[in-house]
Amino acid sequence: MRNVLLAVLAVTVAGLFSPPAAAEDKSIIVQSTTSTANSGLYDYLLPKFKQASGITVRVVAVGTGQAIKNAKNCDGDVLLVHAKSSEEKFVEGGYGVKRFDLMYNDFIIVGPPSDPAGIAGTKEVTTALKKIADEGAIFASRGDDSGTHKKEKALWESAGVDPQKGSGKWYRETGSGMGATLNVGVGMGAYVMTDRATWISFKNKADFKIAVEGDKALFNQYGVILVNPDKCEYAKSDLGATFVNWLLSPNGQNAIATYKRDGQQLFFPNAQPLG
Amino acid sequence: MYILHSCGNLRNKRCNLQDFAEAFRLAFGLVLSGDRDLFEIIVLSLQVSLSALMISCVIGFTLGTLVAVTRFPGRGLAVVTFNTLMGLPPVVVGLLVYLLLSRAGPLGTLGLLYTPTAMIIAQAILITPIVAALTRQIIEDLFSEYDELFQSLGLSVWQAMGALLWDARYSLITVALAGFGRAIAEVGAVMIVGGNIDHLTRVMTTAIALETSKGDLALALALGIVLLAISMTVNALALSMRATAARQAYA
Repeated sequence: MRNVLLAVLAVTVAGLFSPPAAAEDKSIIVQSTTSTANSGLYDYLLPKFKQASGITVRVVAVGTGQAIKNAKNCDGDVLLVHAKSSEEKFVEGGYGVKRFDLMYNDFIIVGPPSDPAGIAGTKEVTTALKKIADEGAIFASRGDDSGTHKKEKALWESAGVDPQKGSGKWYRETGSGMGATLNVGVGMGAYVMTDRATWISFKNKADFKIAVEGDKALFNQYGVILVNPDKCEYAKSDLGATFVNWLLSPNGQNAIATYKRDGQQLFFPNAQPLG
Repeated sequence: MYILHSCGNLRNKRCNLQDFAEAFRLAFGLVLSGDRDLFEIIVLSLQVSLSALMISCVIGFTLGTLVAVTRFPGRGLAVVTFNTLMGLPPVVVGLLVYLLLSRAGPLGTLGLLYTPTAMIIAQAILITPIVAALTRQIIEDLFSEYDELFQSLGLSVWQAMGALLWDARYSLITVALAGFGRAIAEVGAVMIVGGNIDHLTRVMTTAIALETSKGDLALALALGIVLLAISMTVNALALSMRATAARQAYA
Protein backbone atom coordinates (compact mmCIF):
# COMPACT_ATOMS: atom_id res chain seq x y z
CA MET A 1 0.00 0.00 0.00
CA ARG A 2 2.90 2.29 0.75
CA ASN A 3 4.10 1.71 -2.81
CA VAL A 4 0.77 2.85 -4.16
CA LEU A 5 1.00 6.02 -2.09
CA LEU A 6 4.49 6.66 -3.37
CA ALA A 7 3.39 6.12 -6.96
CA VAL A 8 0.53 8.57 -6.54
CA LEU A 9 2.90 11.10 -4.99
CA ALA A 10 5.38 10.65 -7.81
CA VAL A 11 2.72 11.23 -10.43
CA THR A 12 1.40 14.35 -8.75
CA VAL A 13 4.81 15.82 -8.02
CA ALA A 14 5.75 15.21 -11.65
CA GLY A 15 2.60 17.12 -12.57
CA LEU A 16 3.48 20.00 -10.28
CA PHE A 17 7.04 20.47 -11.33
CA SER A 18 7.09 19.50 -14.97
CA PRO A 19 8.03 22.69 -16.81
CA PRO A 20 5.08 24.43 -18.46
CA ALA A 21 4.75 22.88 -21.88
CA ALA A 22 4.53 26.33 -23.48
CA ALA A 23 8.27 26.64 -22.87
CA GLU A 24 8.91 23.54 -24.98
CA ASP A 25 10.77 23.94 -28.27
CA LYS A 26 8.83 24.95 -31.35
CA SER A 27 5.12 25.34 -30.81
CA ILE A 28 2.43 27.91 -31.46
CA ILE A 29 -1.12 28.41 -30.25
CA VAL A 30 -3.89 28.89 -32.80
CA GLN A 31 -7.13 30.48 -31.64
CA SER A 32 -9.65 28.83 -33.90
CA THR A 33 -13.27 28.46 -34.77
CA THR A 34 -14.76 25.09 -33.83
CA SER A 35 -15.79 23.81 -37.28
CA THR A 36 -12.20 23.38 -38.47
CA ALA A 37 -11.40 21.37 -35.34
CA ASN A 38 -14.60 19.33 -35.00
CA SER A 39 -14.55 18.33 -38.67
CA GLY A 40 -11.12 16.77 -38.18
CA LEU A 41 -9.37 19.17 -40.57
CA TYR A 42 -6.58 19.96 -38.10
CA ASP A 43 -5.98 16.28 -37.38
CA TYR A 44 -5.30 15.95 -41.10
CA LEU A 45 -3.36 19.19 -41.72
CA LEU A 46 -1.21 19.61 -38.63
CA PRO A 47 0.86 16.41 -38.92
CA LYS A 48 1.70 17.45 -42.50
CA PHE A 49 2.75 20.90 -41.31
CA LYS A 50 4.73 19.44 -38.42
CA GLN A 51 6.59 17.21 -40.85
CA ALA A 52 7.38 20.13 -43.12
CA SER A 53 8.41 22.59 -40.39
CA GLY A 54 8.97 20.77 -37.10
CA ILE A 55 6.49 23.15 -35.47
CA THR A 56 3.77 21.82 -33.16
CA VAL A 57 0.47 23.64 -33.54
CA ARG A 58 -1.76 23.76 -30.47
CA VAL A 59 -5.36 24.47 -31.27
CA VAL A 60 -7.78 26.17 -28.89
CA ALA A 61 -11.14 25.65 -30.58
CA VAL A 62 -13.81 28.10 -29.43
CA GLY A 63 -16.43 30.18 -31.21
CA THR A 64 -15.15 32.90 -33.55
CA GLY A 65 -16.21 35.66 -31.16
CA GLN A 66 -14.30 34.18 -28.26
CA ALA A 67 -11.32 33.26 -30.43
CA ILE A 68 -10.99 36.91 -31.45
CA LYS A 69 -11.28 38.06 -27.83
CA ASN A 70 -8.63 35.57 -26.73
CA ALA A 71 -6.32 36.70 -29.53
CA LYS A 72 -6.89 40.33 -28.52
CA ASN A 73 -5.66 39.33 -25.05
CA CYS A 74 -2.52 38.02 -26.79
CA ASP A 75 -3.39 34.42 -25.82
CA GLY A 76 -2.52 33.02 -29.22
CA ASP A 77 -0.11 33.39 -32.11
CA VAL A 78 -2.45 32.85 -35.05
CA LEU A 79 -6.19 33.44 -35.47
CA LEU A 80 -8.23 31.23 -37.81
CA VAL A 81 -11.92 32.14 -37.90
CA HIS A 82 -14.83 32.90 -40.22
CA ALA A 83 -16.34 36.33 -39.76
CA LYS A 84 -14.74 38.65 -42.28
CA SER A 85 -15.90 42.00 -40.91
CA SER A 86 -14.84 41.12 -37.34
CA GLU A 87 -11.51 39.90 -38.70
CA GLU A 88 -10.97 43.15 -40.55
CA LYS A 89 -11.77 45.11 -37.38
CA PHE A 90 -9.24 42.94 -35.55
CA VAL A 91 -6.54 43.90 -38.05
CA GLU A 92 -7.59 47.56 -38.12
CA GLY A 93 -7.30 47.64 -34.33
CA GLY A 94 -3.66 46.66 -34.71
CA TYR A 95 -4.13 43.21 -33.15
CA GLY A 96 -3.37 41.35 -36.34
CA VAL A 97 -0.70 41.83 -39.01
CA LYS A 98 -2.80 41.07 -42.08
CA ARG A 99 -5.88 39.07 -42.99
CA PHE A 100 -5.75 36.43 -45.71
CA ASP A 101 -8.57 34.50 -47.34
CA LEU A 102 -7.81 30.85 -46.65
CA MET A 103 -10.66 28.63 -47.78
CA TYR A 104 -14.43 28.51 -47.97
CA ASN A 105 -17.40 26.24 -47.78
CA ASP A 106 -21.03 27.08 -47.21
CA PHE A 107 -23.74 27.23 -44.60
CA ILE A 108 -26.84 25.09 -44.83
CA ILE A 109 -30.10 24.92 -42.94
CA VAL A 110 -30.94 21.47 -41.64
CA GLY A 111 -34.27 20.41 -40.23
CA PRO A 112 -36.54 17.49 -39.34
CA PRO A 113 -37.93 15.40 -42.21
CA SER A 114 -41.47 16.55 -41.38
CA ASP A 115 -40.35 20.04 -42.52
CA PRO A 116 -42.92 22.01 -40.45
CA ALA A 117 -42.22 25.31 -42.25
CA GLY A 118 -42.31 23.72 -45.69
CA ILE A 119 -38.94 25.14 -46.73
CA ALA A 120 -37.27 22.03 -48.16
CA GLY A 121 -35.69 22.81 -51.47
CA THR A 122 -36.20 26.60 -51.14
CA LYS A 123 -33.55 28.31 -53.26
CA GLU A 124 -33.42 31.63 -51.40
CA VAL A 125 -32.40 31.46 -47.79
CA THR A 126 -34.24 34.70 -46.89
CA THR A 127 -37.51 33.24 -48.22
CA ALA A 128 -36.93 30.15 -46.08
CA LEU A 129 -36.21 32.21 -42.95
CA LYS A 130 -39.36 34.29 -43.50
CA LYS A 131 -41.41 31.11 -43.75
CA ILE A 132 -39.87 29.72 -40.55
CA ALA A 133 -40.79 32.94 -38.72
CA ASP A 134 -44.30 33.08 -40.24
CA GLU A 135 -45.03 29.49 -39.33
CA GLY A 136 -43.42 29.89 -35.91
CA ALA A 137 -41.43 26.73 -36.62
CA ILE A 138 -38.78 26.08 -34.00
CA PHE A 139 -35.33 27.37 -34.94
CA ALA A 140 -32.27 26.71 -32.76
CA SER A 141 -29.72 29.51 -32.94
CA ARG A 142 -26.13 29.45 -31.67
CA GLY A 143 -26.71 32.70 -29.77
CA ASP A 144 -23.02 32.83 -28.88
CA ASP A 145 -21.53 35.57 -31.07
CA SER A 146 -19.73 32.97 -33.15
CA GLY A 147 -19.04 33.36 -36.86
CA THR A 148 -22.05 31.23 -37.68
CA HIS A 149 -24.24 33.25 -35.30
CA LYS A 150 -23.11 36.55 -36.83
CA LYS A 151 -23.91 35.21 -40.29
CA GLU A 152 -27.30 33.96 -39.14
CA LYS A 153 -28.17 37.35 -37.64
CA ALA A 154 -27.19 39.07 -40.89
CA LEU A 155 -29.44 36.71 -42.86
CA TRP A 156 -32.42 37.36 -40.58
CA GLU A 157 -31.85 41.05 -41.10
CA SER A 158 -31.84 40.76 -44.88
CA ALA A 159 -34.99 38.64 -44.60
CA GLY A 160 -36.59 41.53 -42.71
CA VAL A 161 -37.36 39.42 -39.66
CA ASP A 162 -36.51 40.25 -36.07
CA PRO A 163 -36.13 36.79 -34.51
CA GLN A 164 -35.79 38.32 -31.04
CA LYS A 165 -39.57 38.75 -31.05
CA GLY A 166 -39.84 34.97 -31.00
CA SER A 167 -37.04 34.48 -28.49
CA GLY A 168 -37.89 31.69 -26.08
CA LYS A 169 -40.90 30.74 -28.18
CA TRP A 170 -39.98 29.56 -31.69
CA TYR A 171 -36.52 31.18 -31.73
CA ARG A 172 -34.29 29.38 -29.25
CA GLU A 173 -30.78 30.60 -28.55
CA THR A 174 -28.66 27.83 -27.10
CA GLY A 175 -25.63 29.98 -26.31
CA SER A 176 -23.35 27.08 -27.16
CA GLY A 177 -21.15 25.63 -29.88
CA MET A 178 -22.22 24.28 -33.26
CA GLY A 179 -22.22 20.64 -32.19
CA ALA A 180 -24.13 21.34 -28.99
CA THR A 181 -26.67 23.41 -30.91
CA LEU A 182 -27.12 20.63 -33.46
CA ASN A 183 -27.68 18.18 -30.60
CA VAL A 184 -30.34 20.50 -29.18
CA GLY A 185 -31.90 21.05 -32.60
CA VAL A 186 -32.07 17.33 -33.30
CA GLY A 187 -33.52 16.80 -29.82
CA MET A 188 -36.38 19.25 -30.25
CA GLY A 189 -37.00 18.99 -33.97
CA ALA A 190 -35.75 22.50 -34.70
CA TYR A 191 -34.22 23.98 -37.82
CA VAL A 192 -30.53 24.81 -37.39
CA MET A 193 -28.16 26.79 -39.55
CA THR A 194 -24.76 25.11 -39.63
CA ASP A 195 -21.60 25.12 -41.68
CA ARG A 196 -21.44 22.16 -44.03
CA ALA A 197 -18.18 20.78 -42.63
CA THR A 198 -19.59 20.37 -39.14
CA TRP A 199 -22.76 18.82 -40.52
CA ILE A 200 -20.98 16.26 -42.70
CA SER A 201 -18.78 15.10 -39.84
CA PHE A 202 -21.56 15.31 -37.21
CA LYS A 203 -22.51 11.87 -35.94
CA ASN A 204 -25.86 12.55 -34.28
CA LYS A 205 -27.80 13.57 -37.40
CA ALA A 206 -30.68 11.16 -36.64
CA ASP A 207 -33.22 11.62 -39.41
CA PHE A 208 -32.42 15.30 -40.03
CA LYS A 209 -31.99 16.47 -43.59
CA ILE A 210 -30.58 19.48 -45.40
CA ALA A 211 -33.52 21.79 -46.09
CA VAL A 212 -31.83 24.79 -47.68
CA GLU A 213 -28.52 24.95 -49.53
CA GLY A 214 -26.84 26.49 -52.52
CA ASP A 215 -27.85 30.17 -52.07
CA LYS A 216 -24.88 32.47 -52.70
CA ALA A 217 -25.77 34.31 -49.48
CA LEU A 218 -24.77 31.17 -47.58
CA PHE A 219 -21.13 31.48 -48.60
CA ASN A 220 -18.75 30.85 -45.69
CA GLN A 221 -15.27 32.33 -45.96
CA TYR A 222 -12.49 31.39 -43.54
CA GLY A 223 -9.63 33.79 -42.90
CA VAL A 224 -6.26 33.48 -41.22
CA ILE A 225 -4.41 36.24 -39.37
CA LEU A 226 -1.02 36.42 -37.69
CA VAL A 227 -1.26 38.04 -34.26
CA ASN A 228 0.67 41.31 -34.26
CA PRO A 229 3.96 41.08 -32.31
CA ASP A 230 3.91 44.88 -31.87
CA LYS A 231 0.80 44.47 -29.72
CA CYS A 232 1.72 41.16 -28.14
CA GLU A 233 5.33 40.91 -27.08
CA TYR A 234 5.09 37.18 -26.39
CA ALA A 235 3.53 36.29 -29.75
CA LYS A 236 5.74 33.85 -31.60
CA SER A 237 5.46 35.71 -34.86
CA ASP A 238 8.23 33.85 -36.71
CA LEU A 239 6.71 30.44 -36.06
CA GLY A 240 3.20 31.81 -36.55
CA ALA A 241 4.18 33.34 -39.90
CA THR A 242 5.65 30.00 -40.98
CA PHE A 243 2.27 28.39 -40.31
CA VAL A 244 0.27 31.09 -42.09
CA ASN A 245 2.61 31.00 -45.09
CA TRP A 246 2.36 27.23 -45.27
CA LEU A 247 -1.46 27.34 -45.20
CA LEU A 248 -1.45 29.85 -48.06
CA SER A 249 1.22 27.99 -50.05
CA PRO A 250 0.37 25.44 -52.75
CA ASN A 251 1.30 22.67 -50.29
CA GLY A 252 -1.09 23.91 -47.61
CA GLN A 253 -3.87 24.72 -50.05
CA ASN A 254 -3.51 21.31 -51.63
CA ALA A 255 -3.66 19.65 -48.22
CA ILE A 256 -6.91 21.48 -47.45
CA ALA A 257 -8.41 20.41 -50.79
CA THR A 258 -7.58 16.75 -50.27
CA TYR A 259 -9.27 16.48 -46.86
CA LYS A 260 -12.44 14.43 -47.25
CA ARG A 261 -15.08 12.94 -44.97
CA ASP A 262 -17.32 10.21 -46.38
CA GLY A 263 -15.93 11.00 -49.79
CA GLN A 264 -16.96 14.67 -49.58
CA GLN A 265 -14.58 17.62 -49.66
CA LEU A 266 -15.23 19.84 -46.61
CA PHE A 267 -13.19 22.96 -47.31
CA PHE A 268 -12.28 24.62 -50.60
CA PRO A 269 -8.99 26.51 -50.60
CA ASN A 270 -9.12 29.99 -52.15
CA ALA A 271 -6.02 31.86 -50.97
CA GLN A 272 -4.55 34.40 -53.35
CA PRO A 273 -1.08 33.29 -54.43
CA LEU A 274 1.45 35.13 -52.29
CA GLY A 275 3.28 37.85 -54.21
CA MET B 1 -30.29 15.42 -22.04
CA TYR B 2 -28.30 14.69 -25.17
CA ILE B 3 -28.25 11.01 -24.41
CA LEU B 4 -32.02 10.74 -24.27
CA HIS B 5 -32.32 12.49 -27.58
CA SER B 6 -29.38 10.86 -29.21
CA CYS B 7 -31.38 9.27 -31.96
CA GLY B 8 -33.26 12.47 -32.59
CA ASN B 9 -36.56 10.90 -31.88
CA LEU B 10 -38.07 10.73 -28.42
CA ARG B 11 -40.38 7.91 -29.40
CA ASN B 12 -37.61 5.67 -30.56
CA LYS B 13 -36.55 4.12 -27.27
CA ARG B 14 -34.84 1.13 -28.79
CA CYS B 15 -32.46 3.46 -30.51
CA ASN B 16 -31.38 4.98 -27.14
CA LEU B 17 -30.81 1.57 -25.62
CA GLN B 18 -28.57 0.71 -28.53
CA ASP B 19 -26.54 3.82 -27.76
CA PHE B 20 -26.03 2.67 -24.17
CA ALA B 21 -25.02 -0.82 -25.24
CA GLU B 22 -22.69 0.67 -27.84
CA ALA B 23 -21.17 2.95 -25.17
CA PHE B 24 -20.35 0.04 -22.87
CA ARG B 25 -18.92 -1.95 -25.75
CA LEU B 26 -16.81 1.05 -26.77
CA ALA B 27 -15.66 1.72 -23.21
CA PHE B 28 -14.36 -1.82 -22.77
CA GLY B 29 -12.89 -1.79 -26.26
CA LEU B 30 -11.04 1.46 -25.56
CA VAL B 31 -9.58 0.24 -22.29
CA LEU B 32 -8.69 -3.23 -23.53
CA SER B 33 -7.09 -1.99 -26.74
CA GLY B 34 -4.71 0.09 -24.63
CA ASP B 35 -5.43 3.16 -26.76
CA ARG B 36 -2.41 5.45 -26.28
CA ASP B 37 -4.30 8.72 -26.63
CA LEU B 38 -6.80 7.58 -24.04
CA PHE B 39 -4.00 6.54 -21.70
CA GLU B 40 -2.37 9.96 -22.09
CA ILE B 41 -5.65 11.69 -21.30
CA ILE B 42 -6.25 9.52 -18.23
CA VAL B 43 -2.74 10.15 -16.88
CA LEU B 44 -3.12 13.91 -17.37
CA SER B 45 -6.54 13.90 -15.69
CA LEU B 46 -5.06 12.13 -12.67
CA GLN B 47 -1.96 14.32 -12.59
CA VAL B 48 -3.98 17.53 -12.69
CA SER B 49 -6.65 16.51 -10.20
CA LEU B 50 -4.31 14.78 -7.73
CA SER B 51 -1.91 17.73 -7.79
CA ALA B 52 -4.79 20.11 -7.19
CA LEU B 53 -5.96 17.85 -4.38
CA MET B 54 -2.54 17.84 -2.71
CA ILE B 55 -2.40 21.63 -2.72
CA SER B 56 -5.97 21.85 -1.47
CA CYS B 57 -5.34 19.39 1.34
CA VAL B 58 -2.28 21.28 2.60
CA ILE B 59 -4.17 24.58 2.59
CA GLY B 60 -7.61 23.24 3.45
CA PHE B 61 -6.59 20.99 6.37
CA THR B 62 -4.55 23.82 7.89
CA LEU B 63 -7.15 26.53 7.43
CA GLY B 64 -10.05 24.32 8.45
CA THR B 65 -8.31 23.15 11.62
CA LEU B 66 -7.13 26.63 12.50
CA VAL B 67 -10.66 28.00 12.29
CA ALA B 68 -11.97 25.00 14.27
CA VAL B 69 -9.65 25.41 17.27
CA THR B 70 -9.34 29.18 17.51
CA ARG B 71 -11.76 31.92 18.42
CA PHE B 72 -11.43 35.28 16.74
CA PRO B 73 -13.68 38.11 15.61
CA GLY B 74 -15.17 37.35 12.22
CA ARG B 75 -14.84 33.60 12.74
CA GLY B 76 -18.49 33.08 11.90
CA LEU B 77 -17.95 34.98 8.68
CA ALA B 78 -14.97 32.76 7.83
CA VAL B 79 -17.10 29.64 8.35
CA VAL B 80 -19.92 31.00 6.20
CA THR B 81 -17.40 31.99 3.53
CA PHE B 82 -15.88 28.50 3.35
CA ASN B 83 -19.29 26.93 3.20
CA THR B 84 -20.47 29.31 0.50
CA LEU B 85 -17.39 28.81 -1.63
CA MET B 86 -18.08 25.07 -1.69
CA GLY B 87 -20.62 26.01 -4.33
CA LEU B 88 -18.18 27.94 -6.54
CA PRO B 89 -19.24 27.49 -10.16
CA PRO B 90 -16.32 25.93 -12.09
CA VAL B 91 -16.90 28.25 -15.05
CA VAL B 92 -16.48 31.29 -12.82
CA VAL B 93 -13.24 29.88 -11.37
CA GLY B 94 -12.06 29.18 -14.90
CA LEU B 95 -12.85 32.72 -15.95
CA LEU B 96 -11.07 34.24 -12.94
CA VAL B 97 -7.96 32.15 -13.52
CA TYR B 98 -8.10 32.96 -17.24
CA LEU B 99 -8.19 36.69 -16.49
CA LEU B 100 -5.24 36.27 -14.10
CA LEU B 101 -3.09 34.16 -16.41
CA SER B 102 -4.00 35.69 -19.76
CA ARG B 103 -1.14 37.51 -21.47
CA ALA B 104 -3.21 40.63 -20.90
CA GLY B 105 -3.70 39.77 -17.21
CA PRO B 106 -1.56 40.52 -14.13
CA LEU B 107 0.25 37.16 -14.22
CA GLY B 108 0.47 36.99 -18.02
CA THR B 109 4.27 37.10 -18.07
CA LEU B 110 4.39 33.64 -16.50
CA GLY B 111 3.00 32.13 -19.71
CA LEU B 112 0.94 29.62 -17.77
CA LEU B 113 -2.33 29.83 -19.70
CA TYR B 114 -3.15 26.68 -21.69
CA THR B 115 -0.80 24.54 -19.59
CA PRO B 116 -1.55 21.74 -17.08
CA THR B 117 -0.28 24.08 -14.35
CA ALA B 118 -3.12 26.50 -15.09
CA MET B 119 -5.56 23.63 -14.78
CA ILE B 120 -4.08 22.60 -11.43
CA ILE B 121 -4.41 26.16 -10.13
CA ALA B 122 -8.06 26.37 -11.23
CA GLN B 123 -9.00 23.03 -9.69
CA ALA B 124 -7.12 23.82 -6.47
CA ILE B 125 -9.12 27.05 -6.11
CA LEU B 126 -12.29 25.12 -6.81
CA ILE B 127 -11.81 22.40 -4.19
CA THR B 128 -9.85 24.10 -1.40
CA PRO B 129 -13.07 25.53 0.11
CA ILE B 130 -14.63 22.05 0.11
CA VAL B 131 -11.65 20.56 1.93
CA ALA B 132 -11.45 23.50 4.35
CA ALA B 133 -15.17 23.59 5.17
CA LEU B 134 -15.51 19.84 5.76
CA THR B 135 -12.26 19.74 7.76
CA ARG B 136 -13.46 22.61 9.93
CA GLN B 137 -16.66 20.75 10.80
CA ILE B 138 -14.95 17.44 11.56
CA ILE B 139 -12.15 18.97 13.63
CA GLU B 140 -14.54 21.24 15.51
CA ASP B 141 -16.69 18.28 16.59
CA LEU B 142 -13.59 16.43 17.70
CA PHE B 143 -12.19 19.49 19.43
CA SER B 144 -15.27 19.90 21.61
CA GLU B 145 -14.53 16.43 23.03
CA TYR B 146 -10.82 16.96 23.59
CA ASP B 147 -10.69 20.65 24.50
CA GLU B 148 -10.44 20.13 28.25
CA LEU B 149 -7.95 17.30 27.93
CA PHE B 150 -5.70 19.46 25.76
CA GLN B 151 -5.91 22.29 28.26
CA SER B 152 -4.98 20.01 31.14
CA LEU B 153 -2.00 18.75 29.15
CA GLY B 154 -1.01 22.33 28.37
CA LEU B 155 -0.77 21.74 24.59
CA SER B 156 -0.08 24.67 22.31
CA VAL B 157 -2.50 25.46 19.49
CA TRP B 158 -0.13 23.87 16.95
CA GLN B 159 0.28 20.72 19.05
CA ALA B 160 -3.49 20.50 19.47
CA MET B 161 -4.00 20.93 15.73
CA GLY B 162 -1.54 18.18 14.96
CA ALA B 163 -3.17 15.80 17.44
CA LEU B 164 -6.64 16.55 16.08
CA LEU B 165 -5.62 16.11 12.45
CA TRP B 166 -4.00 12.79 13.27
CA ASP B 167 -7.01 11.60 15.18
CA ALA B 168 -9.37 12.61 12.38
CA ARG B 169 -7.23 11.12 9.62
CA TYR B 170 -9.77 8.52 8.51
CA SER B 171 -12.54 11.09 8.20
CA LEU B 172 -10.15 13.38 6.37
CA ILE B 173 -9.58 10.71 3.72
CA THR B 174 -13.27 11.01 2.90
CA VAL B 175 -12.89 14.78 2.79
CA ALA B 176 -10.04 14.40 0.33
CA LEU B 177 -12.12 12.04 -1.77
CA ALA B 178 -14.94 14.58 -1.91
CA GLY B 179 -12.47 17.16 -3.18
CA PHE B 180 -10.99 14.73 -5.68
CA GLY B 181 -14.44 13.83 -6.97
CA ARG B 182 -15.26 17.45 -7.61
CA ALA B 183 -11.91 18.09 -9.31
CA ILE B 184 -11.86 15.09 -11.63
CA ALA B 185 -15.48 15.64 -12.67
CA GLU B 186 -15.46 19.35 -13.44
CA VAL B 187 -15.21 20.56 -17.02
CA GLY B 188 -15.97 24.29 -16.94
CA ALA B 189 -12.72 25.51 -15.40
CA VAL B 190 -10.22 23.27 -17.20
CA MET B 191 -11.92 23.92 -20.53
CA ILE B 192 -11.29 27.67 -20.22
CA VAL B 193 -7.79 27.71 -18.74
CA GLY B 194 -6.52 24.54 -20.44
CA GLY B 195 -8.11 25.11 -23.84
CA ASN B 196 -8.70 21.37 -24.42
CA ILE B 197 -5.55 21.20 -26.56
CA ASP B 198 -4.87 17.74 -27.99
CA HIS B 199 -1.84 16.01 -26.41
CA LEU B 200 -1.29 18.94 -24.03
CA THR B 201 -4.30 19.90 -21.92
CA ARG B 202 -7.03 17.47 -22.94
CA VAL B 203 -8.46 15.64 -19.93
CA MET B 204 -11.33 13.16 -19.59
CA THR B 205 -14.07 15.74 -19.05
CA THR B 206 -13.03 18.04 -21.89
CA ALA B 207 -12.68 15.03 -24.19
CA ILE B 208 -16.25 14.05 -23.27
CA ALA B 209 -17.48 17.56 -24.04
CA LEU B 210 -15.64 17.48 -27.37
CA GLU B 211 -17.11 14.15 -28.47
CA THR B 212 -20.57 15.35 -27.44
CA SER B 213 -20.16 18.40 -29.64
CA LYS B 214 -19.08 16.17 -32.51
CA GLY B 215 -22.34 14.28 -32.03
CA ASP B 216 -20.48 11.09 -31.16
CA LEU B 217 -22.64 10.40 -28.15
CA ALA B 218 -21.70 6.74 -27.79
CA LEU B 219 -17.99 7.59 -27.57
CA ALA B 220 -18.72 10.46 -25.16
CA LEU B 221 -20.69 8.13 -22.94
CA ALA B 222 -17.95 5.50 -23.19
CA LEU B 223 -15.39 8.05 -21.96
CA GLY B 224 -17.79 8.88 -19.13
CA ILE B 225 -17.86 5.23 -18.12
CA VAL B 226 -14.05 5.11 -18.16
CA LEU B 227 -13.93 8.28 -16.02
CA LEU B 228 -16.27 6.71 -13.46
CA ALA B 229 -14.11 3.59 -13.42
CA ILE B 230 -11.03 5.74 -12.68
CA SER B 231 -12.84 7.48 -9.82
CA MET B 232 -13.90 4.12 -8.49
CA THR B 233 -10.33 2.85 -8.57
CA VAL B 234 -9.07 5.88 -6.68
CA ASN B 235 -11.84 5.51 -4.10
CA ALA B 236 -11.19 1.80 -3.69
CA LEU B 237 -7.46 2.48 -3.20
CA ALA B 238 -8.20 5.10 -0.56
CA LEU B 239 -10.57 2.78 1.24
CA SER B 240 -8.15 -0.14 1.25
CA MET B 241 -5.37 2.18 2.44
CA ARG B 242 -7.58 3.17 5.32
CA ALA B 243 -8.40 -0.43 6.11
CA THR B 244 -4.74 -1.45 6.04
CA ALA B 245 -3.76 1.45 8.28
CA ALA B 246 -6.53 0.62 10.74
CA ARG B 247 -5.48 -3.03 10.87
CA GLN B 248 -1.87 -2.07 11.55
CA ALA B 249 -2.93 0.37 14.25
CA TYR B 250 -4.87 -2.30 16.15
CA ALA B 251 -2.45 -5.15 15.53
